[in-house]
Amino acid sequence: MAAQGRIVWVSGPAVRADGMSDAKMYETVVVGNSKLVGEVIRLTGDVAFIQVYESTSGLKPGEPVIGTGNPLSVLLGPGIIGQLYDGIQRPLRELSKASGSFIGRGITTTPVDMTKKYHFVPTVSNGDVVHPGNVIGTVQETDLIEHSIMVPPEHPGGVISNMVSEGDYDLETEIAKTEKDGETIVLKMYHKWPVRKPRPYKNRYDPTVPLLTGQRVIDTFFPIAKGGTGSIPGAFGTGKTVTLHQIAKWADSQVVVYIGCGERGNEMTEVLVEFPHLKDPRSGKPLMDRTVLVANTSNMPVAAREASIYTGVTIAEYYRDMGKDVVLVADSTSRWAEALREMSGRLEEMPAEEGYPSYLASRLAEFYERAGRVRATGSPDRDGSVTLVGAVSPSGGDFTEPVTTHTMRFIKTFWALDAKLAYSRHYPSINWMNSYSGYLADISKWWGENINEDWLSLRSEAYGVLQREDTLKEIVRLLGPEALPDEEKLILEIARMIKIGLLQQNSFDDVDTYCSPEKQYKLLKLLVDFYNRGQQALKEGAELSDIRAMSIIGSLLKARMEVKDDEMPKLEQLDKEMQEQFKAITGVKISN
Amino acid sequence: MTVEGGVQYSKIAEIKGPLVIVDDVENAAFDELVEIETKDGERRLGKVLEVGNGKAIVQVFEGTTGLSISGTNAKFVGKVMEMPVSKEVLGRVFDGLGRPKDGLPDPIADKFIDINGEPMNPEQREYPKDFIQTGVSVIDGMITLVRGQKLPIFSGSGMSHNLLAAQIARQASVVGTQDDFAVVFAAIGVQFSEAEYFKRSLEESGALKRSVLFLNLADDPAIERIITPRVALTVAEYLAFDLGMHVLVILTDMTNYAEALREISAAREEVPGRKGYPGYLYTDLSTIYERAGKLNGRKGSVTQVPILSMPSDDITHPIPDLTGYITEGQIVLGRDLFRQGVYPPVNILMSLSRLMKDGIGEGSTREDHGEISNQNYDAYSRAQEVRALAGIVGKAGLTEIDLKYMDVGDVFEKEFLTQATDENRTIDETLSILWKVVSQLPKNELTKVKDKFVDKYYQEK
Repeated sequence: MAAQGRIVWVSGPAVRADGMSDAKMYETVVVGNSKLVGEVIRLTGDVAFIQVYESTSGLKPGEPVIGTGNPLSVLLGPGIIGQLYDGIQRPLRELSKASGSFIGRGITTTPVDMTKKYHFVPTVSNGDVVHPGNVIGTVQETDLIEHSIMVPPEHPGGVISNMVSEGDYDLETEIAKTEKDGETIVLKMYHKWPVRKPRPYKNRYDPTVPLLTGQRVIDTFFPIAKGGTGSIPGAFGTGKTVTLHQIAKWADSQVVVYIGCGERGNEMTEVLVEFPHLKDPRSGKPLMDRTVLVANTSNMPVAAREASIYTGVTIAEYYRDMGKDVVLVADSTSRWAEALREMSGRLEEMPAEEGYPSYLASRLAEFYERAGRVRATGSPDRDGSVTLVGAVSPSGGDFTEPVTTHTMRFIKTFWALDAKLAYSRHYPSINWMNSYSGYLADISKWWGENINEDWLSLRSEAYGVLQREDTLKEIVRLLGPEALPDEEKLILEIARMIKIGLLQQNSFDDVDTYCSPEKQYKLLKLLVDFYNRGQQALKEGAELSDIRAMSIIGSLLKARMEVKDDEMPKLEQLDKEMQEQFKAITGVKISN
Repeated sequence: MTVEGGVQYSKIAEIKGPLVIVDDVENAAFDELVEIETKDGERRLGKVLEVGNGKAIVQVFEGTTGLSISGTNAKFVGKVMEMPVSKEVLGRVFDGLGRPKDGLPDPIADKFIDINGEPMNPEQREYPKDFIQTGVSVIDGMITLVRGQKLPIFSGSGMSHNLLAAQIARQASVVGTQDDFAVVFAAIGVQFSEAEYFKRSLEESGALKRSVLFLNLADDPAIERIITPRVALTVAEYLAFDLGMHVLVILTDMTNYAEALREISAAREEVPGRKGYPGYLYTDLSTIYERAGKLNGRKGSVTQVPILSMPSDDITHPIPDLTGYITEGQIVLGRDLFRQGVYPPVNILMSLSRLMKDGIGEGSTREDHGEISNQNYDAYSRAQEVRALAGIVGKAGLTEIDLKYMDVGDVFEKEFLTQATDENRTIDETLSILWKVVSQLPKNELTKVKDKFVDKYYQEK
């Protein structure tokens, strides 16, 4: 029996209704005459405290509130890929059909087109016994995505009957029935799942395979693993969104879920305009064929912002269960935390730091724990992963604020954006001294096996130069660069070359925007070789000014833009030229 | 509650700060417009912030000074606050609540629009990429503005933000088809002289008849400031999306807006966020800034240039901080440059236009624009480092190349940045000066520019 109550109080997104003794916590309710969507977040006697996912302007006490009996859920089935959803999985394209250019209220739509037919290929037959999670058939959702139709995780399982033959069916078609203990259950190509409940899996593994993003400072210096967690905090203007877009564009995963949580409307539009034209570097297909967008922009109702994160991660888990690698990018988790804070304030809860609720940390932990590399339930065996990358927008760029500090406890890769680097247009402005990756050791094996054995040692050598430079900079600041011996001046020079030639990357340059692991390795090796040869040359009596004047330096620094991924021999050529130029400057000295 | 001639009046129970609490309320809605009438027949406007259990909390825009509990009644109007709009608003001056202030009658309304607006559907937005030539080199060359962008000016007390904003409004209006351009100016708690300067500037350039002014001056009621940007943007959206005009909205000063918001939050005894500003300041600001943009299938655009003064020039203060997280970049004015008499005193290293990349390049400005601007950012930032170093070790301790970077800094500030308030430079002039700046350096220092552009544009001495 669904609850039926009346509104007694309204303040912004918060509504209290009485007569709600039948309501359950986190149940979805329909609020008011204009049928707004809300969720019960507290029950006191017969009064329910409801957060409303749409604007409550014009809502009056006395209007009805009706329970749905169901928790906030998403619909999972073919048709999700390529969609742009709001925070509660309403397709924004459908909303615009109902209300035009601006978002109206009280509109009900289905998350996917229920009448669209997909070509279903059964993989089990009548009489087969299925268990929760078993794949019973597949459909080709987009050119890139083969979508497995699975027995829902909370289904009791049973014997298959009435299986349809291969053919085109829409989502409401009964494709099979299961029977167990005399109970018959109909299976369709979709099911629903409550967003706040992680989907189950069989086993969880350690993440050991890198998620390649084509971004050198990430892949080479601070890598993230498939199934791992990462966070990217930064003040405004430091390039958070550009970096996240780069990950969404170039990551070598099969599915990308991009959540715009309380951010700019135009950023979502940019993704919508750009992704259909961009080609996945591995398959050559449009990137939109593997992307799902969830947008709750900053001016959209605040409560739905809170829900958008859960909606996104549940969709990600669903594709993971098909055995796919999924990347979820959330921009920005700070806005989600602010939504929590706002509702907590309206509930008059005792605030912790900076007004955030005391459960902020546990909510963050629950979210990031939904990442992982897993073996899905049911047969056949499928291994998939969800990689979670969350942006943090610390107020005033201060990394000691609650959202940043709590996030750091639950993630393993930390890309600290630095306003000073951004001011000097060093992009991506990931600060190499403050960032870290907890996956380096785990994934170095992959680089060793697939690219080159000496990858880890080259990376350490290059990183060592950057660390030395950091200390030397203090001396330069006090005494000027001339106070250093030549050997240390060379380190400053190499550090500059690593920064310009390797760490910096121009997302808007056609060539530089994506860098293959092979090219990353070669560029790294060229720069480390230059360092070693430079040191050797100094020992053999070459002048530092001769090294600085070498024409190869300019070519090395521009190689990231000038050499395409399929032109690796050009980099070999640079190596030869470098050797010759070093020979020339040391040769001069020896002949002296 | 009493009923007089069919209209329902409720008694005031409590007055605190900008809020009145109304008793015996039936049938009032959240966000509803309220008319408050005193014993003497004076009427003030307000809106419902919270309603329930027979009480409503009402925020009074004109303030509560002089209100008394006895004899004052509240009338719930039955709708949210609306702004009457029509083409006739062009050339008019309104107060902070959208009522005529120029002695003329109300414009005949084409329609009435809810001032809160509705969020634009991101799926229906058109990505902004039309270059606006402002004629101000530093903006066109380094922090390019595009139609539908929101690009604030972060200033400090006393700096020349008004000059700059007025110059943008004057010069941007003469490019392209002049007849579909409009300026909406909202003064939010600024001094009379500042608003007057703006008005005069628009008048002299002949743009006043294409402008709509909303004036809430420093001595006008503070709570009215919550409404001023909203009525202004409602008119701007109407001009842009109903009439197809390209509208430039200037909102000054958003700091005063945020302070009014804090006043209400404090009166409601809400848990404060940073520096006493409410925790929802970000969300609230976004409902203003996000009203910039372009829409699919509609001709017009709303471009916003909000101005805010950073308290103590502190960019990490919550107001500039949260603004920067919402807007598509920022133009930051620098106190040092201002002291040196540089106009416009834009600190380019802290400034940014997020939409620049799509508004420039071949077909809109010039093929080399993106790279030469990157090279200038790089060179100017290096110049600042060298200047700092020279302050310690003296010029004698600098290398030859460092000295060249010193020249870069000087040419950049004296020739590129500096320009007169009535100087309108073309984009080609602007780009040519950018090449002159980096041509102080030898060619092999230009690592951000492709070789083919260096060959084509480098200015040999």
